[in-house]
Amino acid sequence: MSKINFLKPDKSNLNTFLYLGLFLFFFSILDVFLNSFFSLNLTSFLPGFLSFVFPLLLGFVGLYFIRIELSGIKQLDIFNKNINTNNFNAILSLVIIFVIIKSTPPLLSWFVIDASFAGDTKDVCTGSGACWTYIKVWIRRFMYGMYPNAEQWRINLSFIALAALGCVGYFATNRFKKYLTLYYVVIYPIIAFIFIYFFISGGAFGLDWVETGAWGGLSLTFIISFFCLIFCFPIGMAFALGRRSEFPLIRYISIGFIEFWRGVPLITVLFMSAVMFPMFLPQDFFIDKLVRAIIAISLFEAAYVAEVIRGGLQALPRGQYEASKSLGMGYWKMHIFVILPQALKLVIPGIANTFLALVKDTPLIFVVGLLEIVGMLNLAKTNPKWLGFAMEGYVFAAIIFWIICYAMSKYSYNLEQKYKTDR
Amino acid sequence: MNFKLKDIVPQLITVLAVVIIFGFFTYNAQVNMDSRGIDFGYGFLSQESSFDVQFSLIEYDGSHSYFRAYLVGLLNTILVSVIGIILATILGVIVGVSRLSPNYLINKFAAFYVEFFRNIPLLLQIFFWYFAALRALPLPQDAEPIFGISFLTIKGLFVPAFIWENFNIFFYSVVAAIISIIVIRIHAKKVQESHGKQMPVLLISIGLILILPLLSFLIGGVKLSFEVPVLKQLATTSFIYEGGVSLPPELIALTLSLSLYTATFIAECVRAGIQGVGKGQKEAAASIGLTPNQVLKLVIMPQALRIIIPPTTNQYLNLTKNSSLAAAIAYPDLVLVFAGTALMQTGKAIEIVSITMLTYLSLSVSISILMNWYNKKIAIQEK
Repeated sequence: MSKINFLKPDKSNLNTFLYLGLFLFFFSILDVFLNSFFSLNLTSFLPGFLSFVFPLLLGFVGLYFIRIELSGIKQLDIFNKNINTNNFNAILSLVIIFVIIKSTPPLLSWFVIDASFAGDTKDVCTGSGACWTYIKVWIRRFMYGMYPNAEQWRINLSFIALAALGCVGYFATNRFKKYLTLYYVVIYPIIAFIFIYFFISGGAFGLDWVETGAWGGLSLTFIISFFCLIFCFPIGMAFALGRRSEFPLIRYISIGFIEFWRGVPLITVLFMSAVMFPMFLPQDFFIDKLVRAIIAISLFEAAYVAEVIRGGLQALPRGQYEASKSLGMGYWKMHIFVILPQALKLVIPGIANTFLALVKDTPLIFVVGLLEIVGMLNLAKTNPKWLGFAMEGYVFAAIIFWIICYAMSKYSYNLEQKYKTDR
Repeated sequence: MNFKLKDIVPQLITVLAVVIIFGFFTYNAQVNMDSRGIDFGYGFLSQESSFDVQFSLIEYDGSHSYFRAYLVGLLNTILVSVIGIILATILGVIVGVSRLSPNYLINKFAAFYVEFFRNIPLLLQIFFWYFAALRALPLPQDAEPIFGISFLTIKGLFVPAFIWENFNIFFYSVVAAIISIIVIRIHAKKVQESHGKQMPVLLISIGLILILPLLSFLIGGVKLSFEVPVLKQLATTSFIYEGGVSLPPELIALTLSLSLYTATFIAECVRAGIQGVGKGQKEAAASIGLTPNQVLKLVIMPQALRIIIPPTTNQYLNLTKNSSLAAAIAYPDLVLVFAGTALMQTGKAIEIVSITMLTYLSLSVSISILMNWYNKKIAIQEK
């Protein structure tokens, strides 16, 4: 046994340092753990401030002892390499571990343990936790807005049917594969429009007419995102091509359009569609506010899509243009069969980001008086019977949006990997 | 004459279409305004506004003009954007660097932060902070003082105000310090290029910026005192702090959510920028004997910044535009004061919306011009 130098842990006294270090490290974690889960304070004999930093100090010393390079123990080396490379990293790791341990009990008790699930009145929500009863009672409003309860099967049916029709691409046999683009670009939007116009809006086939002002909640988020997505893509593509056109007038008009929409906030665009746009239309000519909102958002997002697609067009090597021209292709043939398929493949992540932004922008339609899920939350929050549950509502909506957006971004990442071709 | 019909026709059709659309809109607007008895014009800007604004950086009340109201809104927008940009940059750089940390926990923590905050709509975050989180703060009479001088309450954050005497002398001393630092830096660079000697520029700079303002206190007669906010009773149950500077909860909620949200995007830009610098650069720099700090300062950062700045500029622009969401929580920014209240009062929809849009457009354009200039300055200068 060689002499132990506690300031310089080394391999010769590996076991001593290992046991001592691990003991100190786990003791510090145990201290914080007991403190936050069972409100037991192991170090209560120390004065207040010292008791607070004591676990950090212990853990730090412990981590210092076990920071031995090439110890020969595989697990220890991995541990050191990942969270214990130097003093600074050790402290940061400890702080993060403590923060996680400290924040778990209050979060857990708010979300689950002290929360109320049962019942359907405000009276059951007496605990200190969340009142999920509130969400349960209001769920139909959050999902369908003011759409009459008896008619909500129409929205459900339409969405299920559209989702099923949207999946057709996965089951198409090779014979029909070449028609898929046509199907998704032209036929599917028309079917969706027919569903929404005749089925959700109603007024025909013996269905009651439901005015668009009553639409709302998450279903409205989907409807608006869907239509804006369909419209902004071709408009954006047209302006991207226009911006790279060799005709100066078309180029300047495209630049003006793109830079204008990119320079103003969406909220002012919606203001414009709400208060200014009706002034520009002939008298007695009325456009529904939902349609106006969709037009406004589509034009706004189209400018962003245009810039993304332009990036893809610029990234293509000149040779592609020259090669297709030398084959005798005209402008449209060249773009449809050679340039755009390659350019669009390149910009999948950018397009996906723009669509994500679009979904996240839909709550702004409160400006024109339409209430999707966030708007419905704000309405429910002010209901005199259910005051004081703002937190639950926002957390609920945040979870829903997070799931949607996270799934979209992961899907786009997969798409990007799938279409990545070596060049 | 060598014009081709093939070149002219598409352009002519496009221009014709644009002219027809605009003409149609203008004609309808004319007819609509005539029939409703509204006249077009910007004369209303000098009229008395007769509405009040809660939070204003310049002196303003109902007797001032609409133009003054516009300025109040604009300044509030700029205030939120500037604070938000500063906070978002600091947070974004920290998170972006953390995402490249070899420490597993820090890395995952930063990744969690980015994935969490950027997948939730900004408006929802603003509502959350304003209506849920900040409403849980104590009432003014129950608030615990922070460091004994500041109070974070449901009615906002109350911090001490600085009261300066002879502020201009202090200001000049700071300016003088900055100018002398710049001069010394240029001189030091020349010395290094001609003689290869390095001057302790950092030490001199720190010394200058500390000593010159200190001298202004000792000799120049500059005095600084604090005005600590004091609790004042308005009615039996209504209290408010007086004195000091008060930051309304709307401003806090807005800057908080804007910077938390934008920081996630800036973090990704920073990460991409640092990853974009080749590993060979680092190794080459180390092999010619630079210290790790010098490697970072002289080799990595100049190259990484070139990748980081253009997308970050875009994020700054987005933050400025997103600050218009202030209207949703009644923070008196440009959209709420001008496109909201002023529009309701005057009914001048076309004029007011167009002014608002033009303002944002020019803000965006000016930021992007500034950043393009900076970008050009640090771009690779090929000889």
